[in-house]
Amino acid sequence: MAHHIKDDLSIVISGQAGQGIQSIEYLLTHILKLQGYHVFAVKEYMSRVRGGTNSTEVRISSNDRRAFVDRIDLFLPLDKSSIPHCADRLSKETIIIGEQKRLETDYKLLDVPLLEIAHDVGNRIFANTVAAGVVLGMMQSDRAIAEDYIRSFFSRKGDEIVAKNIDALMRGFKIGEHLAFTHEITFTIEKDEAVKEAVFLTGIEAVGFGALAGGCNFCSSYPMSPSTGLLTFLAQHGKECGVLAEQATDEIGAINMNLGAWYAGARGIITTSGGGFALMTEAVSLAGITEIPLVLHLAQRPGPATGLPTRTGQEDLNLVRYAGHGEFPRIIFAPGSLMQAYKITAHAMDLADEYQVPVIILTDQYFVDLLSTIESTDLKESKDKNHVIETKSDYQRYELTDNGISPRGIPGYGKGFVCVDSDEHDESGHITEDHDMRDAMTQKRLYKKAVALAKVAFAPEVIGPKDYTQLVVVWGSNYHVAKEALERSGKKKLAVAHFSQLYPLHNSTKKILAQGKKLIVCENNETGQFANLLEVETKCTITGRINRSNGKPFSVEYLTSQFKKI
Amino acid sequence: MALAQKNTNEFDMPHETDIAWCPGCGNFPILQMLKKSLRDDLAIDPKDLVLVSGIGQAAKLPQYVKTNMFNGLHGRALPVATGIKAANPRLTVVVTSGDGDVYGEGGNHFIHTVRRNVNITVIVHNNMIYGLTKGQASPTSEKGLVTPTQPQGVYVDPINPLALSLSLNASFVARANAGDPEHAQKIISAAIAHKGFSIVDIFQACVVFNKVNTYKWFQDRVYELDVQHDTSDRQMAFVRALEEDMLPMGIFYQDEGRETFEEATGVYDADERPLYERERQWNTIEALINAKK
Repeated sequence: MAHHIKDDLSIVISGQAGQGIQSIEYLLTHILKLQGYHVFAVKEYMSRVRGGTNSTEVRISSNDRRAFVDRIDLFLPLDKSSIPHCADRLSKETIIIGEQKRLETDYKLLDVPLLEIAHDVGNRIFANTVAAGVVLGMMQSDRAIAEDYIRSFFSRKGDEIVAKNIDALMRGFKIGEHLAFTHEITFTIEKDEAVKEAVFLTGIEAVGFGALAGGCNFCSSYPMSPSTGLLTFLAQHGKECGVLAEQATDEIGAINMNLGAWYAGARGIITTSGGGFALMTEAVSLAGITEIPLVLHLAQRPGPATGLPTRTGQEDLNLVRYAGHGEFPRIIFAPGSLMQAYKITAHAMDLADEYQVPVIILTDQYFVDLLSTIESTDLKESKDKNHVIETKSDYQRYELTDNGISPRGIPGYGKGFVCVDSDEHDESGHITEDHDMRDAMTQKRLYKKAVALAKVAFAPEVIGPKDYTQLVVVWGSNYHVAKEALERSGKKKLAVAHFSQLYPLHNSTKKILAQGKKLIVCENNETGQFANLLEVETKCTITGRINRSNGKPFSVEYLTSQFKKI
Repeated sequence: MALAQKNTNEFDMPHETDIAWCPGCGNFPILQMLKKSLRDDLAIDPKDLVLVSGIGQAAKLPQYVKTNMFNGLHGRALPVATGIKAANPRLTVVVTSGDGDVYGEGGNHFIHTVRRNVNITVIVHNNMIYGLTKGQASPTSEKGLVTPTQPQGVYVDPINPLALSLSLNASFVARANAGDPEHAQKIISAAIAHKGFSIVDIFQACVVFNKVNTYKWFQDRVYELDVQHDTSDRQMAFVRALEEDMLPMGIFYQDEGRETFEEATGVYDADERPLYERERQWNTIEALINAKK
């Protein structure tokens, strides 16, 4: 049967943890990107180091698609369990490449003896490179680019390994070309020269580079999936970029250490997931009363408690919205694209510094693990300067000012003393039980700052017709999937509003929502946490909700079908 | 309610301060000896000092000293102090808090701060009772002590802070008695001067809630470690720390040569400046970004 794949190709590689999915994905995505293809990849995996069944989707498209699709065009199952694992995503159009002998399946395969070839090259480990070669060969990719990439990728491991990988790649190539020819498989996917020069990075790297661009020089965190990548990123680049990255003993230590560092003049960030954040909440409240800046990245996964540790979800909005005893202001962001993640994280460092409030960035497993491109020229340094002042001898840390923001001094810089207190305090930062002072401090923290924070809030992005009467609201990582589903739905009066700032809301929110006679909020949780927040904050009437809380991301197909029903 | 004494020290508050300790509290002599140590023995500029504390009666001490202060959460003084020292190693960082705060609520932080050998000093006001919450047992309360929440008497073993610190290989371990301020001041000064993590456990009477471990009770049991005690001998320090009937005071163990946490991070290898004085390294970051092409 002939296959003609036009404009949009979804490749899925599936197998056990440790079997080499990541190696194949890495080689494929990077080689295709260097040829100018728009490449997007996303993974799903089990909470185990070896075994189980995981998969990665690599999407190559003419129109730079950046969302998860259920559909699989080209499937590479590496073990027996992969086929049932992905069965509901396979169709008769799906091309399956694998080893008949190993997979023991009734599905019709293009049989490629990957292991046998790898053994022939010298070791079973080369099977991954052979597999990448098969796909590249089928797509009639540029051999020279692929070979160059393999050479530089394996160069650290010595000439022999380089030579064997090139051998493995070329054997794969030949098989791929042959298969494409004999089975009449063709691909027509447009390339874009700009992609070759674009920066290729994961969601967590976008957050990491954003932190660096925002002048982050301190990170104390405790490992927890799926948030750990940021600590790893900053630890690995720490020395060259001047970042002190410390794995704390626990989350409580991590956040208190970070507050100590900010107090002494560092620009800190913390990364955690829901359970870790729950442990930190007392210190979030400490940041609230001491007005010490705080930037916290929370990569969400489904709970409660340990929940589904490696899956995706948007269940922690309520947690971060209400975390901490007492009342204090906060900012909550939820980037939806790599660019937003970069800019928002850099911006968060500056906002925390300037307004001296906790700033929380919500991502999720789907987002931190995705891989895509950004134009390098868009990645700029934050021009904001440090807001730390040199203190005078009469310095008062909590000086009452018109906008609620007291100039922030740090110990050892200037002539004054910097006193911060978890107790209610006077302007000098010392403990007080004076009720008038309490009122003045509440005014300062809650009301005066709230006015300032509302002015700098990000507006939601409305995608679709200006004269929409139906509106779907999404937040965080559902940006691209909602955008594509909107396009596919073909609905003329439907628009999507994406919120990258969830709290406080931009003052245009009420009007944007009111235009939607049908107003649907779509999010990866069961109870509609953002929908509820919108109702409370804007008094809007939400007419429908699209929720998914099973740990899987929304797919383009699913949202399209939901949008069509509106 | 007692008023602070007249200004005698640059660390004194500039105005009369309403001190929240009970008359006769063992915290008063600790406050005085600390200020004397900082000025007379160490000549530290108050602007380069940060006093860090958690919550409790002892943790109020930084409120009564004219210097930089971070009065944080219950049990969480040590990670805060670690962050401060890591961000600016030029600062002298001293934690003053109680036995409940450091050994109880903050026990996990204590263990791991010792391991890091952060160059800070921890002064634990050890009165073997909870004062601020009105008389419940602390992690150092002796077995049998009757309290409102342990009416049949404490039935768990107390923590031995010195033995615990030694087991974690703390680089400076000492015990002092607030009832002997001159000796205690010397020990505090040695602890702050020590490069690396230093812990001083100070016996202190709670005159309101602990009717057993009184000034007299401590006075009858304490004695100074003899001059022959070799402070570089960790095993002997252990032996002395385990003494129970009579309680030795002094420096049990000191190892000056060890790398501190701040040094070990490598961030200060090529640049001694504190983090706030540094420029953003945009060229390096940009190169990293471009390497992702």
